[in-house]
Amino acid sequence: MSDKKKDLKPNTYKFDTLSLHAGYQPHKNAGSRQVPIYQTTSYLFDDVDHAAALFNLERGGHIYSRISNPTVGVLEERVASLEGGTAALATSSGMSAIFLTVMTLCEAGDHLVVSSQLYGGTVNLFRLTLPKFGIKCTFVKPRDTEGFKKAIQKNTKGIFGELVGNPGNEIMNMPEIAKIAHDAGIPLMVDATYQTPYLCKPFEHGADIVIHSLTKWMAGHGSSMAGILVEGGKFDWMQNDKFPTMTKPYEGYHGLSFAEEFGPTAFTMKARAEGMRDFGPCLSPQNAWNVLQGIETLSVRMKKHCSNAEEMVKYLSNHESVAWVSHPSVPDHPDHELAKKLLPNGRGSMIAFGIKGGKDAGVAFINNVKLASHLANVGDTRTLVIHPASGTHSQMDEATLKFAGLSHDMIRLSVGIEDIDDIKNDFEIGFRAARKPRLVSNQ
Amino acid sequence: MKFKVNGHEVFASTGGRPFDKKKPLIIFVHGSGLTHMTWVLQTRYFAFHGYNSLAVDLPGHGLSSGKSLKSIEEMADWVNDVIDSVGYKEASLVGHSQGCLVTIECAYRNPKKIKTLSLMGGAGAIPMNPELLSLAENNDPKAVDLMMDWAHGPAGHFGGHPVPGLYHINTGGMLAKSRTIKNTLGVDFRACDNYKNGFEAAKKIKIPTLSILASDDKMCPVKEGMKLAELIDGSKVEIIDNCGHMMLLEEADRVLKVLKEFITTNFPVKDN
Repeated sequence: MSDKKKDLKPNTYKFDTLSLHAGYQPHKNAGSRQVPIYQTTSYLFDDVDHAAALFNLERGGHIYSRISNPTVGVLEERVASLEGGTAALATSSGMSAIFLTVMTLCEAGDHLVVSSQLYGGTVNLFRLTLPKFGIKCTFVKPRDTEGFKKAIQKNTKGIFGELVGNPGNEIMNMPEIAKIAHDAGIPLMVDATYQTPYLCKPFEHGADIVIHSLTKWMAGHGSSMAGILVEGGKFDWMQNDKFPTMTKPYEGYHGLSFAEEFGPTAFTMKARAEGMRDFGPCLSPQNAWNVLQGIETLSVRMKKHCSNAEEMVKYLSNHESVAWVSHPSVPDHPDHELAKKLLPNGRGSMIAFGIKGGKDAGVAFINNVKLASHLANVGDTRTLVIHPASGTHSQMDEATLKFAGLSHDMIRLSVGIEDIDDIKNDFEIGFRAARKPRLVSNQ
Repeated sequence: MKFKVNGHEVFASTGGRPFDKKKPLIIFVHGSGLTHMTWVLQTRYFAFHGYNSLAVDLPGHGLSSGKSLKSIEEMADWVNDVIDSVGYKEASLVGHSQGCLVTIECAYRNPKKIKTLSLMGGAGAIPMNPELLSLAENNDPKAVDLMMDWAHGPAGHFGGHPVPGLYHINTGGMLAKSRTIKNTLGVDFRACDNYKNGFEAAKKIKIPTLSILASDDKMCPVKEGMKLAELIDGSKVEIIDNCGHMMLLEEADRVLKVLKEFITTNFPVKDN
């Protein structure tokens, strides 16, 4: 340690290198350069003592693929490394990652403060399903920072939101909301699916738990369902008495206190030991491998997604058939300045726009584009479009749609990485079709 | 569990089992700026196999109160006080890095009380890089980043944590940043730099001693560990290949296997 160097710099691996290598050591896997797919349910114990050690959390290792799997483990470490987190737990989908996070944090009688601008499925989880487990939620508009503070109650256990709201592109002021959460002694949980760690690392802005639907940009190719929760490791679970299941002896593991024993990885350890054991939303090793292939090219793809999105913003903003465009790169977007701070590497590839002619024009547009795919997903390499009011958010009533900031003319666009001219040409076909009904009705 | 030493509250992990005075005592002493949590893949094994594991947080570290102790000698006396405070007359000591200096000094000062010594990534002296020392004393998080870089071997830099889903470097870094850097890492680094008695103390140690060294350890290289081991009568040495200074996490199973064999042989659980 006495080596005298000038201007010492850590030589830990950078983002692009971690995307390819983190979490995997070939020499421990028969020299296989690619991550092997451990297509197995269970793992041999050396002897009875080894089995007991694994069950007692005395040693690391795998028991049964519902709890952990070596291929899935590589994915978990890789995402933890890219996010700057201490630990991660992969699940079968983004929704199961959110559910597992909430069930690890909360008990019946608890309360959460939740951003109102969320994916429709997430809204339904918080609004309809969690109350069945005795967990109540108060929804707050993502730009109403003070509203988050006012909504906190004695039994509030956390704040949850999407960093960039779905589908309206509202951005949570993460640093300010994190401060509100921490002043109240509760964690901030952020769904950063739209950003990926390439565009934003929420832990650097105060988040405590980050959640991804890996199905989207992280996997990137529209092939596999997967989700993950990542732990930042800074939140002190022992600072107050709000989290007894983290801090008090847990009967399920010989009186283990997760916070005392595992500190910066306590949340993930509990989510795995309890949540995967009891709920079991495990990720298949094949899907984990598919996601790993996507992550290898994450930064390359995200650059192209973002540059194509900025081109599409310019194109749509100047188009006669478009009433409005919402994307954080647009100067008059209410969160334009905040986006510069939180998303320095690009503002993402999700665009919402209003088509002139309302719902009928929207339907005609969607039905006539040929290259863009009409489906319920985002973050594919291919360009995707949907009409939220009749698709992803169709289970909402009129009042809920309004509260979620949705309008009938809104089209949600997930910009792919095709040649930009081909995307624009395809949209011209859609816009021409969208104008036709109005021309007819005006005659 | 929490208990008092010299009027200050001390936290020590018992490895998930209740503290039981009928069992032999092993005390685990962490490295600079770190906490009891570095030992989780060793302590729990011993706790479930007939021992009292006490992975202590040094004063001012982790969950222990008080101020960080400023010298290795003070820390050695404090470990001795821990043994007294929990009502024991003897113990086996396990140290990592700075914890090796502490346990060597404690064994030297208390030859009858300390029954075995296990040193991981140890050396007779740990002189500090002046720039690293300055960064830590000035509360610069870069000190932690540098320490985590140097403390992990080439393989460890890729990850591969034995516990699924955990990422070594960020976990270690978060432990070192859990309290104010200058008050933990800064004080510890200065204490290591000032300590000069390691080689002399080693010559006087006559108890069973194990040195676990790592082939890719940049912070306490194998040759430094060997220099120390050669001064201790009958010292056993094990070298873990393809591993760095954070061997207790990077190669937890291999380290546990060696430690288990040494402690159960030289400090066995007695049948009642």
